[in-house]
Amino acid sequence: MAERQQLQINGKQVSLDAAPAMPLLWALRDLLHLRGTKYGCGIAQCRACTVHLDGEAVPSCVLPVSAVGGRQVVTIEGLGGRVAAAVQAAWVELDVPQCGYCQSGQVMGAVALLRANPAPDDAAIDSAMQPHLCRCGTYLRIRAAIHRAAATLASARPTMTKPTKPSRSNAR
Amino acid sequence: MSEQLRVSRRVFIAFSGAAAAGGLTLALAPSRANASEAATFQQPFLRIGADGLVTVFAKHLDMGQGIWTGLTSIVAEELDADWSQMRVDGAPVDKALYKNLIFGIQTTGGSTSTANSWLQLRRAGATARAMLVQAAASKWRVPAEELQVSRGIVSHHDKRRAGFGELAAAAAALPVPTEPPLKPASAFALLGHALPRLDAAAKSHGVPMYAIDIERPGMRVALLQRPPRFGAVLASVDDRAAREVPGVVDVVQVPGGVAVIAEHTWAAIEGRRALQVTWQEDRAEKRSSAELAAEFKRLATAGDAVVCATRGDAAGAMSRAVSVVEAEFEMPYLAHAPMEPLCAVGEWLDGRCEVWAGIQNQTADQAALARILELPLERVTLHTLYAGGSFGRRATFSSDWISEFAQVLKATRGAYPVKLMWTREDDIRGGFYRPLNLHRLRAGVAADGSLLAVEHMIVAQSFLFGAPKPGVAQRPDPTVFEGHFASRYDVADASLRWVNAEVGVPVQMYRALSHNHTSFAKEVFIDELARRAGRDPLAYRLAHLSAHPRQAAVLRLAAEKAGWSTPWAEGVALGLAVQEANNGTFVAQVAQVRLEGGAVQVERVVCAIDCGIVLNPDIVRSQVEGGIAFGLGGALHGRITLDEGRVVQSNFNDFAQLRLTEMPRAIEVHFIEGGSSPTGVGEPGSVLIGAAVANAVARLTGRPVRSLPLLESGALTTR
Repeated sequence: MAERQQLQINGKQVSLDAAPAMPLLWALRDLLHLRGTKYGCGIAQCRACTVHLDGEAVPSCVLPVSAVGGRQVVTIEGLGGRVAAAVQAAWVELDVPQCGYCQSGQVMGAVALLRANPAPDDAAIDSAMQPHLCRCGTYLRIRAAIHRAAATLASARPTMTKPTKPSRSNAR
Repeated sequence: MSEQLRVSRRVFIAFSGAAAAGGLTLALAPSRANASEAATFQQPFLRIGADGLVTVFAKHLDMGQGIWTGLTSIVAEELDADWSQMRVDGAPVDKALYKNLIFGIQTTGGSTSTANSWLQLRRAGATARAMLVQAAASKWRVPAEELQVSRGIVSHHDKRRAGFGELAAAAAALPVPTEPPLKPASAFALLGHALPRLDAAAKSHGVPMYAIDIERPGMRVALLQRPPRFGAVLASVDDRAAREVPGVVDVVQVPGGVAVIAEHTWAAIEGRRALQVTWQEDRAEKRSSAELAAEFKRLATAGDAVVCATRGDAAGAMSRAVSVVEAEFEMPYLAHAPMEPLCAVGEWLDGRCEVWAGIQNQTADQAALARILELPLERVTLHTLYAGGSFGRRATFSSDWISEFAQVLKATRGAYPVKLMWTREDDIRGGFYRPLNLHRLRAGVAADGSLLAVEHMIVAQSFLFGAPKPGVAQRPDPTVFEGHFASRYDVADASLRWVNAEVGVPVQMYRALSHNHTSFAKEVFIDELARRAGRDPLAYRLAHLSAHPRQAAVLRLAAEKAGWSTPWAEGVALGLAVQEANNGTFVAQVAQVRLEGGAVQVERVVCAIDCGIVLNPDIVRSQVEGGIAFGLGGALHGRITLDEGRVVQSNFNDFAQLRLTEMPRAIEVHFIEGGSSPTGVGEPGSVLIGAAVANAVARLTGRPVRSLPLLESGALTTR
């Protein structure tokens, strides 16, 4: 039976009635009308449904709404900040999307990656983005757009921070 | 707080609301939202609003190939518009206005969209431009010949200037010129440049734009339980448990199975899971893949073959050959698996039906809805939306998925708007696959290894004609054999035969039609012939391409750019392949493959393509990149198999797709502009990579790869 669920979605507290087992994906899409998050497989194999859960990119299609708890959910509709802006600008500049259906998830994955690792090398990108399927085959542009966004972000904060220790992964 | 989210629902009913709410300037700003505003200038292919925005009505489906951007750019060019003022929307259904000029119905496929629209849309743009110019000339009382149009501005000696929006109403009142002059290609200002796609921003920001995103007031979500074996029919259903699932509102029987209707998707999923259905399977297909493979081999020898093409006397020439080389190629059923599973939304109200979907066969789909709902055609409105992929799945001749949708609307009596969803399992197990196929090639070669004769046999189902009909002579089906060996290489004596296999698995066109298998068989076979003759695969092909200069040209270019004659490191080899695709596009690809401990890595692919005039080099590149990914994923992993008629695979866990780590590290695209008009690029980039990689692998292992998927038949892996 449906139960009252309290969620933190895109910075707002939201309450809704849903069966505890309902995946977060369907709560977002059907009950909260946030349809930027896509259904692709329902078994965490394609990551079209990626959202941020306390900043981490996770598939929402296998996460029961009752298991979300007080964690912060961010969907593509709630994406903001300089990293997201850089990623989405790079996506547009490189004309990454073809059919576009997987791209919400790809963007969510890329933003989470760059927040955790501002200068990922190819191996780091491959590792983070490998779970994301794209049937149109936009993979090379996705990798290039992540590099471009990283470069944009690096050039936008020149003297404010001094690197304390060199990152092992960004020797490019 | 949730109230805010709810408010958005009301705005979000049409895409216009969504786009506005997103705060983005979006190319998909739809015309329909503005339909109540008096359109200032409207013709079949474009509208110019008082705000100066030009909306092109695209008669084709954009399933990712970028055609809505491409079609818009053709109009913009002749109109001398500024790219920033261009918008696009799907055209309504109207066969007279919007038919595909190659097929005679409104449909998208075969990489024909650009080619068949080319002159039509140039004329549309030029017509509108002439009328805008005339309107300005009348207003300013100057000769029309003295006016200039550039980037959306009509001007007279830089003294008077007007935007399209200011002139649109006056232009609309003028007579329509019949033969407006078209620009020479040398004057193109937009075409030939990498204009940005109109949909990139919306698609990068998660704007709801697909059928699955549509919501209508009071809408219900339906899922259909289809039979576990193709050809089975419903025997009985116990829906008591399903009806107990909270949120389930109805369970209805339709010809294709049992539909569960619910308030939202999760309830429909849970409700369908609770159904107890028994099926009548007397006429169902119950064979397994191994039995089908054996049956196809039997048919290749003993089947009722239809002769599809002959040249000279293949049998006679074969008897004069010094040696005869034979090879058999097997390629499996493949599901299209577009990222957006099939989905349609619609309502049936007051004797009208309105449907939103990624519609690929507008003429047939409208007719199917009209037939099932017993409505006249003009009472069936279709809204063609951006589709989340198709690869041919949405374009069934039988309108299978739109017909199912119509049946659900009928069974629910139009009581509420319905969204018929497909889960990924429904998609993978739903049939309408790329046909299973067997190619048997037999070549007679001369003492120097050159080709004397080729006999080519294909066994496959026909998605065009369906199963063989008893007592009716089988017509040759070009969608089974186009691109076959003797049509692409010089060979004086050749024959091509085909057996239409009878299998109860529904089949469907798949990206590049027959070329997705004829290219593989042909290009792997010729590589084998070259190797056996001890000749270089490039030189051997070129020696048999004298009648095919455009194939030879792309092949030479790709080989040169790839460094064909360069010696490669241990464990690395190049493989090449060439094809004249189904639509007059010529393509060659060279794959650089590394094999390490049985793991295949495609390091680089070099592609040369001749698609006539290149309208947008970046979109062509993206289609080649995407085609290579699509073809490589299929070649490495793709296979749908049957176990006593039941589809073994179910989702992306066991129907694996290419992932980022398997993508070639680099793809280069080189152009030859070998024609004076554009041909299509949505499919041709996808057909060669399997053969190119197989040929490289054969050079590395010394064993030919003749069956797909490659990882299975070659006992290989990817890292």
